[in-house]
Amino acid sequence: MAVGTLDTFPKLLMHHAHARGGRPAIREKDLGIWQTWTWKRFADEVRALACGLAAEGFRRGEHLAIVGDNRPRIYAAVCAAQCLGGIPVPLYQDAVASELVFPFQNAEIRFAIVEDQEQVDKLLEILPQCPTLKRIFYDDSRGMRHYTQPQLSSYEKLLQKVDGAFIDAEIGKGSGSDTAAMFFTSGTTGVPKGVVLTHHALIDRARAVAEMEKLTDRDVVLAFMPPAWIGQNIFSYAQPLVAGYCICCPESAETVVADMREIAPSYYFAPPRIFEALLTQVSVRMEDAGAFKRWLYRYFMGVAKRVGTRILEGKEVSLLDRVLYNLGDLSVYGPLRNVLGMSKVRIAYTGGEAIGPDLFTFYRSLGINLKQLYGSTETSVFVCIQPDGQVKSDTVGPAVPGVELKFTPERELLIRSPGLFKEYYKNPQATAEAKDAEGWFHTGDAGYIDQDGHVRIIDRAKDVGKLADGTLFAPKYLENKLKFFPYIKEAVAFGADRDRVCAFINIDMEAVANWAEKRNLAYSGYTDLAQQDPVYQLVAECFEQVNADLARDPELATSQIHRFLILHKELDADDEELTRTRKVRRRFIAEKYGSLVEALYEGKNSIHVEARVRYEDGRTGTFSADLKIRDAKTFPVEAIRKAA
Amino acid sequence: MAQVLDALGLQSQARADAAGEAHGRRIGEVILSVQNVSLAFGGVKALQDVSFDVREHEIRAIIGPNGAGKSSMLNVLNGVYHPQKGRIRFGEKEFADMVSHQAAALGIARTFQNIALFKGMTVLDNVMTGRNLKMRCNFLQQALWLGPAKREEIEHRRAAEEIIDFLEIQHIRRTPVGKLPYGLQKRVELGRALAAEPKVLLLDEPMAGMNMEEKQDMCRFVLDVNDHYGTTIVLIEHDMGVVMDISDRVVVLDYGRKIADGSPDEVRSNQKVIDAYLGVTH
Repeated sequence: MAVGTLDTFPKLLMHHAHARGGRPAIREKDLGIWQTWTWKRFADEVRALACGLAAEGFRRGEHLAIVGDNRPRIYAAVCAAQCLGGIPVPLYQDAVASELVFPFQNAEIRFAIVEDQEQVDKLLEILPQCPTLKRIFYDDSRGMRHYTQPQLSSYEKLLQKVDGAFIDAEIGKGSGSDTAAMFFTSGTTGVPKGVVLTHHALIDRARAVAEMEKLTDRDVVLAFMPPAWIGQNIFSYAQPLVAGYCICCPESAETVVADMREIAPSYYFAPPRIFEALLTQVSVRMEDAGAFKRWLYRYFMGVAKRVGTRILEGKEVSLLDRVLYNLGDLSVYGPLRNVLGMSKVRIAYTGGEAIGPDLFTFYRSLGINLKQLYGSTETSVFVCIQPDGQVKSDTVGPAVPGVELKFTPERELLIRSPGLFKEYYKNPQATAEAKDAEGWFHTGDAGYIDQDGHVRIIDRAKDVGKLADGTLFAPKYLENKLKFFPYIKEAVAFGADRDRVCAFINIDMEAVANWAEKRNLAYSGYTDLAQQDPVYQLVAECFEQVNADLARDPELATSQIHRFLILHKELDADDEELTRTRKVRRRFIAEKYGSLVEALYEGKNSIHVEARVRYEDGRTGTFSADLKIRDAKTFPVEAIRKAA
Repeated sequence: MAQVLDALGLQSQARADAAGEAHGRRIGEVILSVQNVSLAFGGVKALQDVSFDVREHEIRAIIGPNGAGKSSMLNVLNGVYHPQKGRIRFGEKEFADMVSHQAAALGIARTFQNIALFKGMTVLDNVMTGRNLKMRCNFLQQALWLGPAKREEIEHRRAAEEIIDFLEIQHIRRTPVGKLPYGLQKRVELGRALAAEPKVLLLDEPMAGMNMEEKQDMCRFVLDVNDHYGTTIVLIEHDMGVVMDISDRVVVLDYGRKIADGSPDEVRSNQKVIDAYLGVTH
């Protein structure tokens, strides 16, 4: 049968096991060595696992919770559930126990496959609240010897017997309209929702983009984001099964950078914050380099900024520039791509959030084909992608084949595509709000289509506000501008219905600590460092640059940021200030730190805070600090115009 | 004390372990015993007539105020110091004094109070040195990379990698040890000692100079080593909270004499121990 007609993931897996059984499907770095699972091995594992699950009483249409980092067995579990007509529910491995309660209750989950003791402990903790949970299978048996709970059993034990005929029949019963998986949205607002996606939706989108980008079974992907995130799932499960390429699982979260360099993936997807973190690392290390190297880097990065993207897009540049760029490629760009593990990247995407234009251009000017994509869990990711040669920093590109777009009068983007979700699980009201009778999905994002047919997203529709004088206020746009500075890790801008814009800042500990060290600035920890005057001065300079930039744009000149403070703690997902995908929850923060926001607007120069903090192990404590508030230099709009 | 224990968050862990003893860890026969050992440096009597024993699979702590003779005791156990009086019995063998290489060959490994790693070598190489005694190929075979040498290298590398995995130090595998923060160096040193697959592991102040988080990690690893490899552990520690939480039995030394020996609870309530630690008016 041709691949194009296979309508479920298990059928695709069996196809690959047959067509390219000896090719690598998954690699995992274990004990210092990349260990390969071929497609045949992967298929065998899935079949055995599915038989084991069936023997345990796992039924068609039932949900299987899967909690763990990127490991071959985690992906095998996803496919094994699908073989039996079950629905895998990948959950965030770094979620705290209480966050796992809702999915288990919501889907009445009876079975869970988890990676290790850490996850087992969490599930045992929530067991009293989740009475439906009957069986927990763990992959890594380390530390599990003393656990005697009757619910527990090892993954290994599921692999005992394989009944080939049975499993073939089960796979045969599946059809494209079956539910393939359920992903819980990170819930920027309110309770999480289970997004139900069918095989048809996921495969259709995966296929459309695989064709558009000409993916082959020679491509390689590094799977390093949480498997519970739809983005990772598409790139390390749906698309490999469509295109037959190999995914690689890093050894641990700390080794991702080194593992990436070893693997040199050809296809890469990461949210902007990863690109940001990489750039920060590079900047910090360049600061430490000798004077000649620093000069070399600055000089050639200047050349790259001027002509790099034009060369990448095959546009005309002067001979001198071309020679200079080639020199730069030898001395700076090539080695830098290598350090970043991107020397073989053919297609790199970023998405999930808007990316700062300077950040975006930085990677493109190095010769990395970084493009933006737009999508969400509800749309099986792929809605818009920038085609090669039509890449712009401020758009997300035109619609991918098969997707229809339109905008409401309030500028909200609506989408209709074969990849749309079926429903929010057990939540008809939310489903009806998000998807109207004609099948249009309301994204909640505000934007418009520019003259080239590219979609430009400004912000979340509900976040785009107005200042008191009625001018546009797009907080995320401002935050992204701030976050491009290596010293600023997170920013939260306030200004809706107020006379001017103010902001909270988290400094980037790594970058600022390094900076402080060079200046012999002593500090005891984040809170202490953040409140030092020289650090405020450093951050104030960043604000000044942002404001100067904003002043040049008549639309946004009124959004210049007048006052700021550096928060006493880093915003953290454990404190619910960020989502699990690390987006700031602006409203929650505005409420939680209401007194700080008021202090910004009242013109105070410092404010005392008492804060409750939650440690990683779930305990809480309080501490207090005096936060400084500073003015940032702003620019009159006209003056800049005249100067320019 | 209770606060220290709470802060360490280890109390429950210790209890869980105590409960686990019934089916998991089984404390066995006496594996190492020290009989009437006395050690003096000139006029300084470091140890006077000290006797105690260590059972298989247990975590045995030696505590005491500064200068009580804890490190000397450990040094006697692995043959660095030779006691003037007394005997040491390890398994079936009995010694008047032990020699270091003999101790290592018998299955006693140790870590040091002031980390003694090869600073310029990577973490992996340092752990590999712990395999030294297990290497059988001769110099020529290794130099020429002959078949047996290659097979052996692969086998030892695997063992080293398993330890690296166990101690969660994969990300620094290739980093020279000298560049690492103190807490990680301590972990590497533990790794090197483990690489020798010891029966008895001597830890000299494994948590000294660490912050709370590093201490927690280290405690977890010590418990894991004991649980996973079944290694008998003798540790010296200053931090009372740590000692009371993770050890099965505790020996208390003061001025070179043993003043108490028993379970953490017994030792904790012993008046002599309280006096030794808090001082006493005469």
